[in-house]
Amino acid sequence: MTTTTDRPAQQFNVVGTRPIRHDGVDKVLGRAQYGADLKLPGLIHGAVLRSPHAHAVIKRVDAAKAAAAHGVFAVITGEDMPVSASELLDMGEEVTDLRWMSERIMARGKAVYKGHPVAAVAAVDQNAALEALKLIEVDYEPLPAVISLEDAMAPGAVVIHDDLVGDHLGEKARGTNVAEHTRIEFGDPDAAFEQAAHVLERTYTISRAHQGYIEPHSATAFWSPDGKLAVWTTTQAPFGVRSNLAQVLKLPVSAVKVTPMEIGGGFGGKIQLYLEPLAAVLSKKAARPVKMVMDRKSVFDATGPGPGGQVTVKMGVDANGAIVAATADIRYMAGAYPGSSISAASVGVFACYKVPNLRIDAYDVVINMSKTAAYRAPGTPQAAFASESLVSELCERIGMSPMDFHLLNAAEEGDRRPDGPIFPRVGNKACMEAIRDSAHFQSALQREGPDGKLRGRGMASGFWNGIGNRSSVTINVNDDGVVSLVEGNPDIGGTRATIAMQAAEILGLPAEDVHPAVVDTDAIGYNDLTAGSRTTYASGQAAIEAARLVVEEMKKRMALVWETDPENVEFENGVFRNKVAPDQRFAFKQAAGKLGQTGGPVAKTGSVNVRGSGGGSFAAHLVDVEVDPETGKTQVIRYTAAQDAGKAVHPSYVEGQFQGGAAQGVGWALNEEYYTDEDGVMLNSSFLDYRMPTALDLPMLDTIIVETPNANHPFGVRGIGETSIVPPAPAVANAIADAIGARLYQTPMNPARVMEALAAKRNGANGR
Amino acid sequence: MTQQEAPVRKITVACDVNGYPAEFLAAPHQSLLEALREAMGLTGTKEGCNDGNCGACTVALDGRIVDSCLVLAAEADGKRVDTIEGMAPPNGLHPLQQAFLEEAALQCGICTPGFLVAAKALLEREPEPDEHRIRLWLAGNLCRCTGYDKIVRAVQRASSEMSKPAPAGGA
Amino acid sequence: MHPFSYVAPRTLDEAVEILDRRGERARPFAGATDILVQLRAGRFELDALVDLKAVPETTALSLDGGGLRIGAAVPCCEIYEDAAVRAAFPGLIDAASLIGGIQIQSRASLGGNLCNASPSADGVCPLIVHSAVAKLRGPEGERDASVESFCTGPGANVLRRGELLVEIELPPPPERFGAAYQRFIPRNEMDIAVAGVASAVALDEDGAAIVSARLALAAVGPTPILAERASAFLMGKPPTTETFAEAGKIAASEASPIADMRGTKEHRLQLIETLTRRTLAVALARARTSR
Repeated sequence: MTTTTDRPAQQFNVVGTRPIRHDGVDKVLGRAQYGADLKLPGLIHGAVLRSPHAHAVIKRVDAAKAAAAHGVFAVITGEDMPVSASELLDMGEEVTDLRWMSERIMARGKAVYKGHPVAAVAAVDQNAALEALKLIEVDYEPLPAVISLEDAMAPGAVVIHDDLVGDHLGEKARGTNVAEHTRIEFGDPDAAFEQAAHVLERTYTISRAHQGYIEPHSATAFWSPDGKLAVWTTTQAPFGVRSNLAQVLKLPVSAVKVTPMEIGGGFGGKIQLYLEPLAAVLSKKAARPVKMVMDRKSVFDATGPGPGGQVTVKMGVDANGAIVAATADIRYMAGAYPGSSISAASVGVFACYKVPNLRIDAYDVVINMSKTAAYRAPGTPQAAFASESLVSELCERIGMSPMDFHLLNAAEEGDRRPDGPIFPRVGNKACMEAIRDSAHFQSALQREGPDGKLRGRGMASGFWNGIGNRSSVTINVNDDGVVSLVEGNPDIGGTRATIAMQAAEILGLPAEDVHPAVVDTDAIGYNDLTAGSRTTYASGQAAIEAARLVVEEMKKRMALVWETDPENVEFENGVFRNKVAPDQRFAFKQAAGKLGQTGGPVAKTGSVNVRGSGGGSFAAHLVDVEVDPETGKTQVIRYTAAQDAGKAVHPSYVEGQFQGGAAQGVGWALNEEYYTDEDGVMLNSSFLDYRMPTALDLPMLDTIIVETPNANHPFGVRGIGETSIVPPAPAVANAIADAIGARLYQTPMNPARVMEALAAKRNGANGR
Repeated sequence: MTQQEAPVRKITVACDVNGYPAEFLAAPHQSLLEALREAMGLTGTKEGCNDGNCGACTVALDGRIVDSCLVLAAEADGKRVDTIEGMAPPNGLHPLQQAFLEEAALQCGICTPGFLVAAKALLEREPEPDEHRIRLWLAGNLCRCTGYDKIVRAVQRASSEMSKPAPAGGA
Repeated sequence: MHPFSYVAPRTLDEAVEILDRRGERARPFAGATDILVQLRAGRFELDALVDLKAVPETTALSLDGGGLRIGAAVPCCEIYEDAAVRAAFPGLIDAASLIGGIQIQSRASLGGNLCNASPSADGVCPLIVHSAVAKLRGPEGERDASVESFCTGPGANVLRRGELLVEIELPPPPERFGAAYQRFIPRNEMDIAVAGVASAVALDEDGAAIVSARLALAAVGPTPILAERASAFLMGKPPTTETFAEAGKIAASEASPIADMRGTKEHRLQLIETLTRRTLAVALARARTSR
């Protein structure tokens, strides 16, 4: 690990160190309670009957035999779910419509994706519930499945939702599968292309890729006779689940309590409701708590991967290689309901560059597959696969090194982001320079590998903006000077530690003396979700705010002890001092012991609504690959990721985010896809055939933490969780092109496709 | 000449779990994973795929690591089962557990018990495996958060901790 | 999953009796690494699973006058951890050590791999090139089946009602013999073969000519295939790169792959050529260093 910084650092005692995470011991002992680990008195188990068809009218559902089966407590179908009218909901990382959400959770009259829930059963145990599903009779009338952009957008296409009203550049459109067509435009790209010294245009196809969290979804619900609904779930968004459940089930929001269990990975895929409302309605019917755990096949079939699609990009440069214009046409397949992160894709596709003339068209297209979900920097890796591949190919054509191109064209402070805002101070160029100066970049690549294998090197950059939004953190001061910190963001990768460390920094305590707890929605103020790279950044600010309030209150208490005016008490480096009587001083821990006699407990809540984004985090990745030209297999042999963290609160977990995103991006680049039959049925819905990287598929992943402080955070912190998945796929594509002298325009760049590209090169076609 | 079968009844399984005798009832179709989690309350062993492709349910069965989702509970009768719950010594952590914490080798932590049980079996057989051997041994355990870098480092760290000669004399 | 009962007979007679009585509603198992997955996926229903691991004949592994007897339930790990077996049958070890990951290898048996009769089975092709024989036991008594004739289609084999695989017998290899297995997978572990090839050659005294050869192909037909024409072609030929390249082309012509989620037809044919060349080279090196 390397850290680069461009300024005399703010002095920190805790931030920037590497304490052991607070929840770590429970997790290495196997004691941490994940969703499926919950046990409650009287607990029964639920299972879901799912549509085997991607598109079918449900003519009849007869659950009578299942309901009568031994050990069955309740059966529900679409008829048991409340009907919702159209209403737009902000989900934090995406916007969805309440009616679509309701229909997605349980089909009514029509199944629109393979795996669409049609009925659910609660029974004495899991296997009894699964066996009872076999007794439910469903008559389907299969309809033609729309599973590609071509099918969905063709004139006369089968329309999936008769009542979908598309927004096509502000015009209402009916009878369409295109839910939205947006455009961002400034300058005159067409005229600029005319003047450009070089112009290149390419079309890229990107596979649907699943978040691939190892923990399947699970939810437990108890609908009490007093009307209160308690839900224990594995979610990134406990408060989002609370409000969505209230909306879907027609309950007041305060009737719902959501307890977030430990969460076994999410990456954006555990934000939407899936099992929670089904468990709730089953519980109401059965008058018992109901636990539901999804099987892996259903996770693939029926929860949201990131969208696949097609992206056409065009870029023109002048004789020096400076970009004069760029356009993009982004078409994403949203799945069975609208919402495929096309707006983020429009931001991200050219965000790394100064582009004086620009046009970005984006299409959100409905198809008969499960509704896509946010997946780490939603929509952006797909777009960047196109733009960063194009840049590399353009550089080849104009004889310019990609490094020089990036440094020349990098967007910096004051430049306009494609969607309008002006960049504040950002670390785009700094990341590129960090890569340029890295041992990896400075070392020559030996181009021949063993046994005739071919090596190549590629690089790519990436951007993700992140969000701020609402967070609440409460700090309680205990007599012994240890503080408990109560927070509402599920800890998906070390955020208990990173939030606690920010409070510890203010309180002058070691990280270990702040005890963080993630609590239910009744026990803490509102918190937006653990997503959007916001948790360390925004909830950290709530923790800082709470800690400052604690310090202010404790100053008052010390003033009472010292019989002086509160203005005379100062707090520095963890010590309260009386300015007028310098020998009067208490360390935080001593001071904490005096609270009982000076007015009682000190408990303070910091609540923030962080307006600014996470500051925007840029990254640059460099990768070496080795390709076997006889089999088409690509092995990543060296990897370096540089990214701007603003200020790394816990560098180990920052590195972990860089590495994890890189690994997911490499998986997407090389093997991950939804392989479906022509009826839209996914055939590789298992960890066996949905080939995520194993330990043996990756090398050590070197990281460089760049620290360009974020003015929106007291410590300069940026949200960093997502950017790392943006550059890997194009970096790998560029490395493969460098290795084999032929370019691939499609993910995954699996062995068969590499062989096809090599064959095309031999036939003189060079890809296209 | 198929005769009428009696309804399938639960069977008693007696085994050694983490060094202690254990006896539980299991349906014949139940996996060892289900029995550990449901009958014995040992939920540290996780289910990720239920088809032997993620390793989250790794336990040691008579000293060999297995995917407990692909073992019938009934097969454990008379055998020794070691799970994550039995890994730490009293009032402490196993060097691998400590190394996973020090190296930040877990993010969400769902795969961690499986990795720890698998890595322990490796170091017991081969105290000083090289990086490739570690990666090969752990290839049956999927992690989606870390990219494996810090997991490999943690195993290397534990390996070197465990290979150190025990401190001479008592304190 | 349809509830089934668990039976663990202690003798072959007992196992045969149960299987005969239950017919298609019961199946024997060893490592359970395929059958439990298939049962959970609803591929078929059973009333009983018959655990063979308490039957002594199925768990024995023995080198016997240069030949090898592998009980049907012996897990892969016991095969590759046996130093003598490893030294004598490296081509078999190639397969035993790459089926699944370590966890799977603790349980999965070559016998189960054979009975499961998947076209992509890694364990079957090395057995074929070793001219292995499946020793069967049923209500009518014992009989033998050559491994190359054992699988009759995807998931189908020659076993009759009440019949089970007891062990697999590998005859003593000839002098100057070498065998090797390689498969191609997109990842480096945990995948099903896109294509696989086992090769075996025996050389004449000078090492100048191939006196016997067998090639077997995985995942490119309804069953693992003995590539008879490519094997015959190698007879009497000098063991050169050119010979092996030609054998690869012939082997590919004997393959009849389909396109599926694991690979395209075209790619599979290319892989058969490549893997034939590569495994022949390894088999040759092993033949040259064998006793």
